[in-house]
Formats: sequence, C-alpha cells, structure tokens
Amino acid sequence: MDWQFVFSQALTQAIGPTMLVYALGAIGLNLQFGYTGLLNFGQAAFAAMGAYGLALSVVAWGLPFWWGILIGLAAAVVMALLLGIPTLRLRADYLAIVTIAAAEIIRRLARATVWSDTTGGSDGMRGFSEPFFELIPWDRDSTWTLLFVSMDNGRLAVDFGIFELQYSYRDTWIMVVGWALVLLICGVMALLVHSPWGRVLKGIREDEEAVRSLGKNVFAFKMQALVFGGIIGAVAGFLFALSRANIQPDTFTTDFTFYFYVVLILGGAARVFGPVLGAALFWFLYNILSQGLGEAIRADVIPPSVLEMTQVGPLVFLLLGLGMVLLLIFRPQGLIGNRKELLFDVR
Amino acid sequence: MSDKEKAGKAAAGAALAGVPAEPGAPKADAILSATGVRRAFGGLVAVDVEHVEIQRGTITALIGPNGAGKTTFFNLLTGFDRPSRGSWDFDGRRADRMRSFQVARAGMVRTFQLTKALTRMSVLDNMLIGAADQVGERMWAGLVPRLWRGQEAANRERALVLLERFKLIDKREHYAGELSGGQRKLLEMARALMLEPKMIMLDEPMAGVNPALKQSLLEHIKDLREDGMTVLFVEHDMDMVHEIADWVAVMAAGQLITEGTPDQISADQRVIDAYLGAHHDAAQH
Ligand SMILES: Nc1ncnc2c1ncn2[C@@H]1O[C@H](COP(=O)(O)OP(=O)(O)OP(=O)(O)O)[C@@H](O)[C@H]1O
Ligand SMILES: [Mg+2]
Repeated sequence: MDWQFVFSQALTQAIGPTMLVYALGAIGLNLQFGYTGLLNFGQAAFAAMGAYGLALSVVAWGLPFWWGILIGLAAAVVMALLLGIPTLRLRADYLAIVTIAAAEIIRRLARATVWSDTTGGSDGMRGFSEPFFELIPWDRDSTWTLLFVSMDNGRLAVDFGIFELQYSYRDTWIMVVGWALVLLICGVMALLVHSPWGRVLKGIREDEEAVRSLGKNVFAFKMQALVFGGIIGAVAGFLFALSRANIQPDTFTTDFTFYFYVVLILGGAARVFGPVLGAALFWFLYNILSQGLGEAIRADVIPPSVLEMTQVGPLVFLLLGLGMVLLLIFRPQGLIGNRKELLFDVR
Repeated sequence: MSDKEKAGKAAAGAALAGVPAEPGAPKADAILSATGVRRAFGGLVAVDVEHVEIQRGTITALIGPNGAGKTTFFNLLTGFDRPSRGSWDFDGRRADRMRSFQVARAGMVRTFQLTKALTRMSVLDNMLIGAADQVGERMWAGLVPRLWRGQEAANRERALVLLERFKLIDKREHYAGELSGGQRKLLEMARALMLEPKMIMLDEPMAGVNPALKQSLLEHIKDLREDGMTVLFVEHDMDMVHEIADWVAVMAAGQLITEGTPDQISADQRVIDAYLGAHHDAAQH
C-alpha cells in the first residue's frame, strides 16, 4: 500500500479549503468563547447566514456577487443582534440554549418545502460561485515553476520530494483567498486581543460582575464579540459554499458547530493561532485515518472480517473522539494553549 | 499621627459636628442620600432603610450582625441588585435608575465581600482594566495602538504606584489566580482605586488580611479620606472601626437602627442588643 500517497493526501487536506473553513469558524468562536467566555453553540447558523446570504442574493435575487457577500455579512450581524439582545444580560447558559435552538430553526427554515422554489429545500442551492471563480487572476493553462512550487495548467503543486501536495485550479483560488482571509483576520485578532478592548473581554470571561463594577458596559462588549465572531463565522460560510460550489441545509447541523469547538480546543483557546493549528491537525488526523484505513483495507492489510469499508467512517470518528478525551486529560490546554491558566479554579 | 492625618480627621470631625446620633440624621454635605430603600427576597425583608445620608469626605463604617443586610444594601446602591422600592442621589444625581457600570462611572465604586479577582489575567492587567475612559477600549481604536499607547503607559504608571502601596508590586506579572485570599482583597481595593472614584465602598476589606498589613491598609484608607475621597466600609472588627471611622451606621435585620460617632455607638444599648440578638428576635414578629 502506498503510504506516501496517503500521507500526501492528508497533508494536502491539512492546509486545504475545508481546513480553512474550520479555521475561520473556530477563529470566530475563539473570540466569543476563548476570549469572552460566550457559549455560542450556533456558529453553524452564522456560517449558514453567510452561505445562504450569498447564494440567495446571487441565484434567487440576481444580485452581483459582492452584494451577496454584503448581504451574507449583514445577515450574520442581524442574527447576532437578535440572539444577543435578549440573552447577553442573562447568565452564560442562556446564550448557549438560544444559539443551539436558533441554529436548528435556521436549518429547518432552509430545508422547509414552503419556499423550496427559492431555497432549493433540502437539496440546497448551486450556481452562485461562477463570479468568484471568474476572479481567478491566472489562466487555466498557466504553467510555471518556482523552487518546489509549480503550476501546471492552472493547478498548483507543492513538491517536497517524498510527498507532493496538489490542488485543482479552483481549490488553488479558494486557498489563496482563504489563507489571505485567515492571516488577515488573525492579524486583526492579534491587535484586538492585545488592546484594552481585548483586556475587557478577558475580564468578562473571568468575572463579568467585577468588570461591571469597574464601570464597563459589559453588555456592549459582549455584543461586539458576538457580532464580530459571527461575522467571521459568515466568512467561513462563504468559503464553505464556494469551495463546494453548492450548499445544503443539512451540512449546517450542530455537528458543524461542534467541529469548530473541537478545532478550537485542539489548537488551544484564547490563542490567536490556536484555531488555525487546531484546524490543520484535526483535518490532517481525520484524513490520514480515513484514507489510511481505506487504503489498508483496499490493500488487504486489514482483512474485511476485521473492518469493512463502510465501517471506516464511524471508526474514524470514534478514534477522533477518543483522541479528544485523551487530549483533555493529558493536554487540556490544546496544542499551544497555556496550561497554567487552567490550573485556577474559575468557579 | 501625621499632620495630614490630623487635619483630615479634624475636617471630618468638623463636618460631622452637631449631627445627632440617630438613624437617618441629616448631614451638612451628603454625597449619598437614600430614602425608603427596601429589598425583599420573597418573604424575607433583607433591607428596609428609611433614610440615610453619608457625609462627603469622611470615613463611615457600616456595621451589623451577619445577615443584617449590609451587602445587600451595597448591592442596591451600586446597581448590582434592584430594590423593591426606594430612591437615592449620589453626588447630586439621581442614582437609583443607573445600571451598575454607570454607577461606577459616576464615581461610586465598590469592592466585593467575596473577592472577584480576574484569575487568568495578570495582576497588572487586573489593575489596568480598572482605569476609566480608555480610548483603546473602543473596538476600532483597539486596532490602532498608536491611539492608546500613551494613555496605557500613564495608566501603567499609576497602577505600579498603587501596587507598590499595596505591597503587590512583586506579583505584578503573576496571574491573579496565584494570589492568596488576603492579597486578592488588596488587589481588589487597589483596582477600585484605578477608577479614581469619588466614593469607595469596601465590603469587609480587612477580612483575611494579616495584622501588620491591616495596619498599613488602615493608613491607606485614611489617606483616601485625606485625598478627598468618601469611604463607606463594612467591618466586623470594632477596634478597626474605632481606629479609622469618623462615623458609624448600624444595621440590624435590614434596618438602620442607629448611627453616630464610634464612641457613641459603642455605648449604645440598641447596638449591643442587635449583636446579642435581642433586636433580631423582636423583628421576627
Ligand atoms: N440572593 C438572595 N436571595 C435570598 N436571600 C438573600 C439573598 N442575598 C441575601 N439574602 C438574605 O438577605 C439577608 C441579608 O444578607 P446580606 O448578605 O446583605 O447580609 P450582610 O449584612 O452582608 O451579612 P454578613 O455580615 O454576613 O456579610 C440575609 O438574611 C440573607 O440570607
Ligand atoms: Mg455581607
């Protein structure tokens, strides 16, 4: 069996389009949960706001692509306000309950049959991504080589000798835009969390009454974190929709939100690059396990009596779950989190 | 006793001279004036204060047995709890409708009986978060360090001076979660001072602080008065109250039963009854 191929594939995925979606979703959560302590369990719905905002604008309303982006962002802001206004003055758990319910409502609305002529119901929507791919600045037949990076007929290849990463014409564009967004947003986050504004957020996470007693309008700070984190969630939604060139309501389940949490905890919460590292590791492990097991079965290394192809998916999730449990026991701070911060009782 | 302290004590004494030792006695220049404040938890009336005034520039002690309603009264005054009824003015402004953060901005800053250190932040960050009117606390300004660096540096200076005063300077880079209980009390008080309040309300600031440090804390509190601040503090230790308070208000079973100078209070039979439970029993009807 071809380990080199399996490894190359997993590595390709580890910095690829899907990983970027996870990274962005988790960066938004990091601001809300990691820094401010807000339990947003509806990040999938913020992503859906972005994805559907874009798709509906372009496909159903015939608006230009950039209007779709603006509408997607605006939808995320409106949702953050609607969820935040009634709950952010209450205890933390209220936001958790309301966001989880709202996410489910959004998903059901998206798949409802009443307006499926417009939204596509449970089939979802397609045909909104062309304007995005028309923006690709290089031609389909462009070919060049620079050190170990090369472009061959519009496709990107990174050759490390023992393994090679390859991306399609469109995926390459998704990655250029995605990585630019991730780095830009991480830069903004780094500035924000090291500013007095970020200090107030951390204070709120620790004890919001104390922060209130110091004359800070805690509600306003929480709202800003919820809105900005939601906007980043919507950006994740754009990238998700564009990278697949279609959207389906049932991809925006609570599971999606929980993957963002897994990514955040794996990488290390309250660290600017935690979500990025977490997303890379999570998606690498997922791919190397599923592809490795698949390859092993195909090559008869694992006989069908032990494991069948159809069982690989569930087994991978089981292993990842187990890995998560072990992580929480032995390295609760994640890859780059601060262990010391976890040692204090936070009541 | 330093000259400054003598002067401060004399000024406070003069301001309170002639104020009768009875609950709700009017003051010459009250920074805080509350009327008809009542808070009930179900059937239990935790606070029911008819009238109270706090003289500006003095140290007033609020004493009373456990469960008298002192903390609840603090919570009401500072907007952390809502009264069933009642109204109060702070520094000439109606304050009973203010939210807690607005109360703090108006200049009335409180500490908590159960300390609220921001545990996963450094001691210095705990201090810096206290500073008022920070430009960099606006989200967009936070993105442009140039806009707030200067102010931050000035706040840091002030924070270090306070930490020095409160013997926490060596701990400035430590997490607040690493501090002992007494140190957290000190940090909380120092942090409140970062706001430069007009009135500071301390809920048992000395609890758990060692005697030597307690003495220096007392000096700090007197200094606050000498700097023109008004201090209202809850304390169970009568020796402490005697040593620094210019005026004492006594609560029992939610009511203000009496007020007066420390000497008048120690001689008051109602206070002794309250502490021994006679009043409490009577109030249970
Ligand atoms: N949130 C609450 N719910 C119900 N009852 C409360 C609540 N907070 C306080 N109480 C009751 O109100 C009364 C006054 O409590 P409070 O904490 O104000 O007392 P205190 O004077 O500060 O006492 P201590 O000296 O022990 O701190 C007590 O009988 C208490 O049980
Ligand atoms: Mg109390």
